[in-house]
Amino acid sequence: MTSVAPQGLPAVFQQSTIDYLAILPLLIVFGVAIVGVLVEAFVPRDRRHMVQAGLAVVGLLAAFVAVIVAAKHQGLTMGITDGASDRRLFALAIDGPALFMQGTILLLGVLGVLTMAERLGGVGPDAFTPSGASTPGSPFETNASRAGALTSEVFPLTMFAIFGMILFPTTNDLIGMFVALEVLSLPLYILSGLARRRRLLSQEASLKYFLLGAFSSAFFLFGSALLYGYSGSFVLGDISKAISTGPIEMNGLLVPGAFLVFVGLLFKVAAVPFHAWTPDVYQGAPTPVTGFMAACTKAAAFGAILRLAYVGLDTGRWEWTNALVVIALLTMVVGSVLSVTQTDMKRLLAYSSIAHAGFVLVGVLAFDSKGVGAVLFYVATYGFAIIAAFAIISLVRQNGGEATHLSQWAGLGKRYPLVAGAFAFLMLAFAGIPATSGFMAKFAVFSAAVGTGGATGTVLVVVGVLCSAITVFVYARVIVLMYFGDPPGDTGDAANAVEVVVPSVTTTFSIAIGTVITLALGVVPSALLDLADRASQFVR
Amino acid sequence: MLSLLVFLPLVAAVVLAAVPRLGDAVARWLWLGVAAVEVVLVGVAWAGFTTPAPGRLALDQQVEWIPGVRSSYHVGVDGLSLPLVAMTAVVFLACAVYSLKEARRPRLHAALLLFLQSVSIGLFVSADLILFFVFFDLSIVAMYFLTAGWGHANAARSALQFFLYTFLGSLALLVGFIGLYVYADPHTFDMLELIAAKPLAGHGLAAGLVLAAILLGLAVKTPTVPFHTWLPPAHTDASSVGSAVLAAVLLKMGTYGFVRIAMPMLPEAWRAWAWVILVVGIVSVLYGALVALAQSNIKRMVAYTSVNHMGYVVMAVGAAGLVAGDAAQARGIAVTGAVTEMVSHGLITAALFLLVGTLHQRAGTYEMAEFGGLARTAPKLAGLFAVGAFASLGLPALSGFIAEFQIFTGSIAVAPVTAIALLGILITAALFLLSLQRIFTGELRGRSFGFADLHPREVWAGGILLGLSLLIGVYPAPLLAVIEPAATAVVTLLGR
Repeated sequence: MTSVAPQGLPAVFQQSTIDYLAILPLLIVFGVAIVGVLVEAFVPRDRRHMVQAGLAVVGLLAAFVAVIVAAKHQGLTMGITDGASDRRLFALAIDGPALFMQGTILLLGVLGVLTMAERLGGVGPDAFTPSGASTPGSPFETNASRAGALTSEVFPLTMFAIFGMILFPTTNDLIGMFVALEVLSLPLYILSGLARRRRLLSQEASLKYFLLGAFSSAFFLFGSALLYGYSGSFVLGDISKAISTGPIEMNGLLVPGAFLVFVGLLFKVAAVPFHAWTPDVYQGAPTPVTGFMAACTKAAAFGAILRLAYVGLDTGRWEWTNALVVIALLTMVVGSVLSVTQTDMKRLLAYSSIAHAGFVLVGVLAFDSKGVGAVLFYVATYGFAIIAAFAIISLVRQNGGEATHLSQWAGLGKRYPLVAGAFAFLMLAFAGIPATSGFMAKFAVFSAAVGTGGATGTVLVVVGVLCSAITVFVYARVIVLMYFGDPPGDTGDAANAVEVVVPSVTTTFSIAIGTVITLALGVVPSALLDLADRASQFVR
Repeated sequence: MLSLLVFLPLVAAVVLAAVPRLGDAVARWLWLGVAAVEVVLVGVAWAGFTTPAPGRLALDQQVEWIPGVRSSYHVGVDGLSLPLVAMTAVVFLACAVYSLKEARRPRLHAALLLFLQSVSIGLFVSADLILFFVFFDLSIVAMYFLTAGWGHANAARSALQFFLYTFLGSLALLVGFIGLYVYADPHTFDMLELIAAKPLAGHGLAAGLVLAAILLGLAVKTPTVPFHTWLPPAHTDASSVGSAVLAAVLLKMGTYGFVRIAMPMLPEAWRAWAWVILVVGIVSVLYGALVALAQSNIKRMVAYTSVNHMGYVVMAVGAAGLVAGDAAQARGIAVTGAVTEMVSHGLITAALFLLVGTLHQRAGTYEMAEFGGLARTAPKLAGLFAVGAFASLGLPALSGFIAEFQIFTGSIAVAPVTAIALLGILITAALFLLSLQRIFTGELRGRSFGFADLHPREVWAGGILLGLSLLIGVYPAPLLAVIEPAATAVVTLLGR
């Protein structure tokens, strides 16, 4: 077995070129996160919440503006072109898919932060515990809440996570990708353990997420090492070139390497069989965090999957496509079938998010710029809908705690027509009914897959259509329950009744925006579809 | 003009749904007003209608919608769609009149039906497959809420079954549409371009599969045997107005899809599969009639006659695909008959469902055995129901005769075997006479005592529909003058 010599750095030192305007969004988000840590240390307690939330929202909006600026500065950056070997060693790729995902994540992040900032009249964010490290029910915890401890650290944590998320689809080499993966994951592990109510469930979720996440990171790292062994480089462009020129007997490194790297990424989008964490974590994490994770993590991870599949491993497609096809099929079928039997609203949406990940994978497997555009569009539309849906779930309460069991939602439509109407509409969007963004998104990925995916694409679409039909049943059942079900134990006991608490303006805003965008993109999708289509070219 | 027709009810529906302070009375009258305006608008459109040139639509209007996939907001009418648009407007007007005393959440009821009207008319005028599909699915959603919210007995269950069954069918339809899109060069969803391009000509297997997907989707909605099982429970448990709209308008979306999409866009595949379609049609005719004969529930019986009548339509469009010799004229007559049957069945069945609905509303049951001698206490109901029954079984001087006469003339000329389906007419006659006899004649029995006769609004609702059916039966020329050129065009396209 001949081995490839590691392709080292050029002999002569070259200064790397950095286009600061192109990476401005990253710098802003990272800077705001650091400032957030300082705010946590120095700003008085009574003003901390407002300052932190305001800082995060302003930072995200500024970063979004910077994304628009960066659109004029597309190309590879943070690295060098090696004159001798004509290798392009760049850490970041600022291109259409990366910028589209960054913009999407930043806007979704704004909605996510606004939902997390909900106080419901308390001093700190309502969904988070003031002392995450304490044992549930211990004196330590009681003392902490009695002393008025705050949880405004969730905002810097979220900003760090968002930094990792917008870095993830941008990185152009495997090491950078791994760093981004960890930066986005670590804060999420903490955030999912901070739920104020049902603390044990939350801590369990956090631990499970952390352990399985650590495993998947290890898979990713191992895969990267194998790919390095194969190609002698971490840069995606080098790997792609190595596959097209490399000797066939080295496939013993390439194939497992590619699989393992994909495992690491598919874990983050909750593709079957790497989905086991999803229902537990979605259920245990504080509801606003669940919405944020479901929307933004998926977007970031699909950005990275697209880049890996279309830039790094594109030349070796025939080695791994079939495996990914099987995973897409499994993801759609398992996600939709298991969602039928769920009795908890958060678990139901967790399984539905698994099914949705399968639909997006169908778009990834179209191997065409149309497919890339469809994936970008799908991820954006799904994000807005799911954030609004989880925000609504966080408002449905019984005895002060969230009422997530399906039976508690019975008859909600009669007493809270507006909230139930919005939720029913979002359910129709997840089901893919026309006049919602969900239909346009499914339509985009399916038509891309039929158009350029060949026979495999057609099979995937047929299975996808059947699975959507299954999920329609799930969502229709929720609607039936809300509008035609009888409220549980309707004894007229006001204190015990399921109620929808009146949220502050921040949550109202994010629910309204999410719902309106879901409607708007269903009726007039062409603007965003065009944008996604134009943003579908990768730089190499 | 057409956009006004489509969106006026939608605007009214949004207003009604969004402003709770509008009282129930305002809601009822607003609905009635809008429905009447719609009928007037259709009348104006009809008066100004001239048959468009081949490959064109009258009153057409095109606005960019999703340029990325070449799908646009494109609407227009021709001789196939205009009669159905008119029928839809009339049926909804009759429903509005009938519902003037609706007691259960009248504001939302009116809003939902206005939305459904907007969607139904939108479907018949759309000239873009995606637009068609959007309206197709929204009709299912609206019908679902109508059945679940205003039905009786097992309404929620039947509504869910209806929703899932027809939604699955619609997904098959979507797959078929995407197939047409992919094979078209350049890719497009525009119906006129697709008809001109014949996208799958020469792709034997692919064309067959795409046609199968589209037929499956349309057959579920129509419904034909063996995809009809959602229909009886949906009808049994839906409200009278819901049943009327479901039978009169929503079923036509399936049969309209045959003549608008499947036949002209996939002529080769349609010709290859014509015998299968023809046989499915004949089976639907006979099976629907026989099962209807066995019903003891009057509403279920009317529901099964829908399967029977839609069977005639399917049989006729199947016969139209049998290209042999110089039978083009006969095939044209079959298609004309099919479109006439859609209009006629819409008017008659809507009337029958509205009339039958009064039985349940007053006596709480649809069982024929519970009644007897009702003609004595409710002579108006007896009279109108008799007219409806005779119209439905195809008595001359009523619209059903015009339609079925043409269907059989065209079909038997092309395929003599279709004469078997004449048995269907015989059975239908028997079952309607039998039900008339059981409910309205004989000794006063059971729930017939103290049965209040029709209220004027109910007489009006049934009268509008049956009057129009009578008009078509006596003087069909204006209707046929619109349909015939379009039917001939379809047959020409099918012969390519």
